Amino acid sequence: MDLSYSPEELAFRDEVRSFLRDELPKELSDKVRSGAELGKADIERWHAILNARGWFAQNWPKEFGGAAWNAVQRHIFEEEAAMADAPRIVPFGLSMLAPVLQKFGSKAQQDHYLPRILNGDDWWCQGYSEPGAGSDLASLKTRAVREGDHYIVNGQKTWTTLGQHANMIFCLVRTDPDVKQQAGISFLLIDMDTPGIEVRPIILLDGTPEVNEVFFKDVKVPVENLVGEENKGWTYAKYLLTHERTNIAGVGFSRAGLDTLKRIARIEMSGGRPLIENPHFAARLAKVEIDLMAMATTNLRIISQAAGGAAPGVESSMLKVKGTIIRQEINDLTRRAVGPYAMPFPSETLEGNNDPVGPDYAGPQSAQYFNNRKLSIFGGSNEIQRGIIAKVKMGG
Amino acid sequence: MDFNLTDERQMLQDSLRRYLADKYTTKVRNEILESETGMSGAIWTGLADLGVIGALFTEAQGGFGGAGFDITTVFEELGRAGVVEPMLDSAILGGRLIAALGDDAQQALLGDVIGGTLHLAFAHGEPTSRYDLSRVQATAVQNGDDIVLNGRKAVVANAEAAGYLIVSARESGAADDVDGISLFLVPADSAGLTLRGYPLFAGGRAAEVSFDDLHLPSSTRLGAAGAAYPAIAAAVAAANVALAAEALGAMETATELTRSYLMTRQQFGRPIGTFQALQHRYSDMLIELEQARSAVINAAGHLERDAQQRDLQIAAARNLIGRSARLVAEESIQMHGGIAMTQEYELAHIAKRIVMTDHRFGDTDYHLERFIALSAA
Repeated sequence: MDLSYSPEELAFRDEVRSFLRDELPKELSDKVRSGAELGKADIERWHAILNARGWFAQNWPKEFGGAAWNAVQRHIFEEEAAMADAPRIVPFGLSMLAPVLQKFGSKAQQDHYLPRILNGDDWWCQGYSEPGAGSDLASLKTRAVREGDHYIVNGQKTWTTLGQHANMIFCLVRTDPDVKQQAGISFLLIDMDTPGIEVRPIILLDGTPEVNEVFFKDVKVPVENLVGEENKGWTYAKYLLTHERTNIAGVGFSRAGLDTLKRIARIEMSGGRPLIENPHFAARLAKVEIDLMAMATTNLRIISQAAGGAAPGVESSMLKVKGTIIRQEINDLTRRAVGPYAMPFPSETLEGNNDPVGPDYAGPQSAQYFNNRKLSIFGGSNEIQRGIIAKVKMGG
Repeated sequence: MDFNLTDERQMLQDSLRRYLADKYTTKVRNEILESETGMSGAIWTGLADLGVIGALFTEAQGGFGGAGFDITTVFEELGRAGVVEPMLDSAILGGRLIAALGDDAQQALLGDVIGGTLHLAFAHGEPTSRYDLSRVQATAVQNGDDIVLNGRKAVVANAEAAGYLIVSARESGAADDVDGISLFLVPADSAGLTLRGYPLFAGGRAAEVSFDDLHLPSSTRLGAAGAAYPAIAAAVAAANVALAAEALGAMETATELTRSYLMTRQQFGRPIGTFQALQHRYSDMLIELEQARSAVINAAGHLERDAQQRDLQIAAARNLIGRSARLVAEESIQMHGGIAMTQEYELAHIAKRIVMTDHRFGDTDYHLERFIALSAA
């Protein structure tokens, strides 16, 4: 039992730290720290900086131009990047689609799409959820019918994160309606410029246009855009979901959030003293910090097993549940910490073109509290994760 | 012992509920949220015509109610419908402060408030006062027959619509002394008064307010110099009863929307409400809802008692509801899933109203500390 990083891991962490110190643009980290919305150009800029260093495709094998980091290295980077207020890497093309193409895609698909992901030529979004297919994803109804050398796609996807920026979408579509649900699904790559596709923004409760509905009406998709075999899409989707669940604990985000919370609580005054000295507040803060310390070690235990080649099991479901509860609790405490200044709607400050109302850190806190209610809903809700844990451990 | 509403309050509840169900639809409310003023003049007039504002004042003040249970009857309904119009600011805070301290000429304004033609705002909290009611650093200095105001007020709800701002300022004492605080009735068009308005997260509008050598005649003072604190505490007590009742009403809507969604949303070939894990959580929401209802009754029933008993019950209610309302808001969103995250869905607005209640006149922890201090007293 040794809780410390090895000398090699420590050297790697120092390398990551100096990279972040030298290469992370201050404009970007300022935006992240203040909770401002990042535009497409901001995200693409950060991706390009990472790619220039060879650190964008961290989990890709070397043969595809990746860094082939192990789980510990990825964890170190994620944690350091979060603590440095680096923008989040948008995962759709890079860490969700790419592993599927690398394992199941054709040579032509790999040769065409993978370099374009690395270079930022394509922005991918995910076409999974539908209005009637959320937690029960396999009940999806978007239909693809083969006609000659095309599929004709009709239906609707929803909760398509950052779809407004995307030129490509990977979709689960129903190609055989007459078999068991999971056995009639295929995995299609669709150009968003194809006639018949319409993207409509969904405004979330914090006022942000983060997700979209995507409508398909007689959309013609070339058959070469099918990934793997027809009706095997569910297998690929499940493979993809295991990749979606890396960094599921969000330890780095929680640590960064806790730092922000403490910084705010040292400035805010309550009863003539800094809020951080208020016993009730301090007790809440301590509890969530204690939870986070334990979860960080659980996370490292699982990462360490994964680096040794073990496949993640129910532990990733456990980390999703605990990790989101901790992040949401930190968001709740931060919202409380700013007191009455949690009430103004920060539309102007989010766009960064007006002086903030109250202290500069106050503006985004209510929005982040509400926005991060999504953490326990998306990517397999916490209820689904609990179901997985029980099913694996108790059978059935 | 009788926990039924009186006939008059039952009629008020019925007519207000019908009016809001008819006029204050999600669509109408979403248009109000998007509007420049953040409120609807037509709805305000409608509420006044219905006697809703009058129900919050005593007969002596020109109304026909004014007790704790009148407040809870009105605000529970406003909460159920997610009403954003500034009833709390104009009627409860502004109205009560004038009623408690005003001379005859000042009291005459209450007729316009009850009639729905005059809005008020209570400019009290300051950028660093948080929830401390006695922390007032704005100053009022006598200069001949004039009063000169200087200072800043934070997140003043309804400031832009108000014909008068009721401004607290210190005439003597240290920054958080109870003694030495006065209130002034400041006309909205006063020179030296600056508002920076903005929308609020849960609807409605507020402003950052500053006074730079704002000159007023002494006759604008409400009550005696430096002696306004007891009236402020009483008005805020009534506001806390109103906020608790509003949160209760919003919780009723959240639980009802959740019940309906659980029974209709199909996943895995059946309504998700057939999953026992969700049934139990829904049941917990209902249990908390009834706890909240009783806490509101306790607080409303003690509003007219002495300050110690009154404030103990109010601190208890706001603490309990702070906890139960957060549970109901968060569980409602979670059990709905993504749909509750969308701005146009009713629950999103209701959840925001519930959570933002925790930022007016003290959050859950503040009221816990108040309760501990008052219990020891």
